[in-house]
Amino acid sequence: MSAPIGAPVRRKEDHRFLTGRGTYTDDINRPGQLHAVFVRSPHAHAEIVRVEASAAKSAPGVVAIYSSADLVAAGLGTLPCGWAVKSKDGSPMAEPPHPVLAQGRVRHVGDPVAIVIAESRDQAQEASERVVVDYRPLPSVSAVDEAVKPGKPLVYDSVPGNICYDWHIGEQAPVDAAIAKAAHVVRLDIVNNRLIPNAMEPRAYIGEFDRGTGDYTLYTTCQNPHAIRLLMGAFVLHLPEHKLRVVAPDVGGGFGSKIYHYAEEAAVTWAAGQLGRPVKWVAERSESFVSDAQGRDHVTHAELALDKDGKFLALKVATLANLGGYISTFAPAVPTYLYATLLAGTYTTPAIYAEVKGVFTHTVPVDAYRGAGRPEASYLIERIVDQAARALKLDPAELRRRNFIATTAYPYQTPVALAYDSGDYFTTLDMALKDADYAGFEQRRAAAGRQGKLRGLGMASYIEACGVAPSAVAGALGARAGLYEVAAVRVNPTGSVTVLTGTHSHGQGHETTFAQLVSERLGMPVENIDVVHGDTARIPFGMGTYGSRSLPVGGSALVKALDKVVNKGKKIAAHLLEAAEADIEFKDGKFTVTGTDRAKAFGEIAFAAYVPHNYPLDELEPGLDEAAFYDPKNFTFPSGTHVCEVEIDQDTGEVRIVAFTAADDFGRIVNPMIVEGQVHGGLAQGIGQALLEECRYDRASGQLLTGSYMDYCMPRADNLPSFKVATHGTMCTHNPLGVKGCGEAGAIGAPGAVMNAVLDALAPLGITHIDMPASPEKIWRAMASRRTAKAA
Amino acid sequence: MYNFEYQQPKSVADAAKAIAGKADAKLMAGGMTLIPTLKQRLAKPTDVVDLGKIADLKGIKKDGNAIVIGAMTRHADVASSDVVKGAIPALADLAAHIGDPAVRNRGTCGGSIANNDPAADYPAGVLALNATIVTNKRKIAADDFFKGMFETALAADEIITAVSFPIPEKAAYMKFPNPASRYAIVGVFVAKTGPAVRVGVTGAAPSAFRQKDMEAALSKSFTGDAIKDVKQPQNGLNADIHASAEYRAHLVGVMAKRAVAKAG
Amino acid sequence: MPSVTITVNGKKQTANVENRTLLVQFLREHLGLTGTHVGCDTSQCGACVVNIDGYSAKSCTMLAVQVEGANVTTIEGLAKDGKLHPMQEAFREHHGLQCGFCTPGMVMSAVDLATVNKNPSETDIRHWLEGNICRCTGYHNIVKAIKAGAEAMARGGK
Repeated sequence: MSAPIGAPVRRKEDHRFLTGRGTYTDDINRPGQLHAVFVRSPHAHAEIVRVEASAAKSAPGVVAIYSSADLVAAGLGTLPCGWAVKSKDGSPMAEPPHPVLAQGRVRHVGDPVAIVIAESRDQAQEASERVVVDYRPLPSVSAVDEAVKPGKPLVYDSVPGNICYDWHIGEQAPVDAAIAKAAHVVRLDIVNNRLIPNAMEPRAYIGEFDRGTGDYTLYTTCQNPHAIRLLMGAFVLHLPEHKLRVVAPDVGGGFGSKIYHYAEEAAVTWAAGQLGRPVKWVAERSESFVSDAQGRDHVTHAELALDKDGKFLALKVATLANLGGYISTFAPAVPTYLYATLLAGTYTTPAIYAEVKGVFTHTVPVDAYRGAGRPEASYLIERIVDQAARALKLDPAELRRRNFIATTAYPYQTPVALAYDSGDYFTTLDMALKDADYAGFEQRRAAAGRQGKLRGLGMASYIEACGVAPSAVAGALGARAGLYEVAAVRVNPTGSVTVLTGTHSHGQGHETTFAQLVSERLGMPVENIDVVHGDTARIPFGMGTYGSRSLPVGGSALVKALDKVVNKGKKIAAHLLEAAEADIEFKDGKFTVTGTDRAKAFGEIAFAAYVPHNYPLDELEPGLDEAAFYDPKNFTFPSGTHVCEVEIDQDTGEVRIVAFTAADDFGRIVNPMIVEGQVHGGLAQGIGQALLEECRYDRASGQLLTGSYMDYCMPRADNLPSFKVATHGTMCTHNPLGVKGCGEAGAIGAPGAVMNAVLDALAPLGITHIDMPASPEKIWRAMASRRTAKAA
Repeated sequence: MYNFEYQQPKSVADAAKAIAGKADAKLMAGGMTLIPTLKQRLAKPTDVVDLGKIADLKGIKKDGNAIVIGAMTRHADVASSDVVKGAIPALADLAAHIGDPAVRNRGTCGGSIANNDPAADYPAGVLALNATIVTNKRKIAADDFFKGMFETALAADEIITAVSFPIPEKAAYMKFPNPASRYAIVGVFVAKTGPAVRVGVTGAAPSAFRQKDMEAALSKSFTGDAIKDVKQPQNGLNADIHASAEYRAHLVGVMAKRAVAKAG
Repeated sequence: MPSVTITVNGKKQTANVENRTLLVQFLREHLGLTGTHVGCDTSQCGACVVNIDGYSAKSCTMLAVQVEGANVTTIEGLAKDGKLHPMQEAFREHHGLQCGFCTPGMVMSAVDLATVNKNPSETDIRHWLEGNICRCTGYHNIVKAIKAGAEAMARGGK
């Protein structure tokens, strides 16, 4: 049965996961494999005086111990950054080297100092405890708003004020002028809390070296194997691509944290070459907490100017973005090009100016986490818009409508570089309000009040930019990579199809969605289609999966490759049917001479291509195997409105979500079941950010206070409601499928909706702002202080 | 994890023998605390003596006016026991909310009490119900048992065999869980027996304690109103990133009132 | 090294292990049953949940030597004769999994719930999942799947 676009096809990948037969990196064991354990810094900031490993080297089972000196002697490079941002004055960002193992100084708790390799993991562990590292502890700074103050400890002596870059976008003068004379100006100081991505599968790597061929292989929990091959091969290990294979097998979630090239990948691959044996490392969860790139962490001041009718006139934003102790792979782009370019939101704000300082601190590096910059932008805008509605005593939905970009205005050029191609914010807002029974809310609020609860409703009308593009534009803005995607359609001689995609699925269901694209186009059952990803030895090339790009960019590449297959098929069919190529049409899996019943099935064409006995060999090569590269013309712009309803327990400050409604515009939808699942997951992470999750460091010592699930609050099933989700698609105008991407939307819309709901509930007490996460104690304190103020 | 010697004695006497004179031997009940501690290399016992195969330590029975729970009885068994649900439903309710289902399927009453984690649930119930802890050497009154954070009256080679909970007239347990770990930030167990009311508080302080001001007020009138003005001092209470001492003190009052209401 | 014999998915398995060998290590490293996963080191995520003598337990928080003589069922033992267990089938039908990493523990935990509670409500299910963390699905479809799976198990007399 063919499974066309739009059908909720059950996932092809599920059978292996449900029967315990997936293959995650830790499930792989290579012959002769050794095990690695990293010695990590217990200090946020310290000088490494001495690494003494002789006792550890004689421990049972130990094969090798390496520290920075060994890597330097071997000529290894440092971990590269994939996006360079320039400061306001045109100067390049500070880009201090990020060594694989710490050199001279450690810059966050968990910074790797040495790698211990032994016959078993227990032996490596025990030996690692015998590696003596003498540290001279130094003062540290972990909070971004502290790090920029004069006299604070410096993460790099060469980087004054800890400022990696001081960047801006937009024009300041018109914004200042508009604010100076506006009828209303709403001001907001707001924190976007640091999060830890916490994919359920901890990172794991196996490096391997073939002594016969000199080829290296890295098995890795990553979202983009070709990018890792390039970054690690070219910049760290100095290995050409053809001598390095990177395999990302089944990967247990990523959410951004598995995009980056990590030190441990380079260390195990290099060590495998040194030792001539495979070297495996699997993170313990507590290690993930101090070594996986973290997300968000902004401190922002914003001002929104409005006229007397509530039309937005100007927005001014100043943000401090925490980068951590080293620049992670794509970190500089996140609080700049992925954040400030979204500050128009869904609105016609004519003048916008934003300045962003990227700041080093003695914390784990920060990089893209689900949404990456866009949740921060959306949260800021949707909070300040709600503040404005309250200040102007306007219905928050009405204020949004007054400022939405008209559905007739596309393409719409914002003042912050992006040009939106399509959208309809009015319809998704109306749908969400209807599904959430907005009209009946005041009655529910009153009923809750009678039960002693504070009830609130909040909304957020977000927009995001997905599928970072086009390559040339991104390159002009500092990207050091192309942002196209690659797909190959290998039609096998008996007519089944193998799709090779450069994107990577780690939960998103590409094996099914991409098969549906093929099924629709070639008219064959999804059972006859295999989608292969995650192996540089099998896939021509690719940039991987992040930023909701797989379908808009990777799917578009697949469509292009399918076009080539069909076009070549037509040529073969024309020959076999003795007709002109222009007269051949392809439909429902058959090549037909237009207006006749003369036809050849797709399988016959495939067979003819591989057994070319009756074939136009003079004009056409045998075979039916086509690849395509697709470089997008623009970003895609999913949007929508999320509505959250909460109840607050006045005695404890606990927030309970009683309803959550989402109406999203993702353009065309290929598999609605998978899309809904993506929305649910994003919502849980967005709600987690708003109510539960916060990565915290001790301000004095830089120690991570939330270093395990005992203290880092992961959303559980009983923290969340069942969600109401719906979609309304306006088609993307510049990719062949009209798709926009759906992976991050939930995490982008939810924080604003939840916090607006919490603050709506607290509004009767005069509470106007609380930072995320809205923990029970924070709310209880806010309530208590207002009550005290009222009583006084 | 460091390696260790492992024994699985079949009797309490053999278990006592197995740890006798070994300073760094550890008794293991359900292992729900010990094994995670070992995994994190925070403990390095020479010997682990597993009480899991001692049949005498398992089971629940009514003995006169008390419910006697064998030390190695799992939380899941206490939670689902008709005997407990009939006599002290609040205790079954407490057990039903410890950890998660998989933890309740392994974790034991005796293990929890012997460990005396400041955020464990059982100590609140033991204090409020005025339970007696029975060991291989003696009987210890609840008020004499909990000595401080992870400290109890147990001697090094002393093994809890059972806990005897007198049946109250009414009782209830309310917990405000830590949102991350789900351990109690504050848990309050109230129990009324005749005119006497006992209030056990866990999570709030380094060790579970009785809230005697509330007990006095509730003994006069077993209503939430009776304790609305009783202030839990914040002095000496725990404080962490999830809850300050001040907030914990406040929650003791809220949970106590809710427990009284729940007890009916 | 002590030798342990444990019946896993109906088959008696004997191996020499260290005293410190966890049940999950025994399953993954000694038997190659890699469906049972390890997602944390504080016994909270539940990716390692298996069934031991009829109840669910975290195989990362048990020593292999503790389980001597027991009957252990892992995710690999749930499907019979190539046919998915009703709970597995419900997860597939309701898209109750994405990356698949927490899935084995989720399914094993769900089967235990449906055994002790034939008709669990949404609240029962959400409460039961306190010890199973999923980062992908937002739990929405897991809850739906478990409800449907429990109904199917009740119908099938399981």
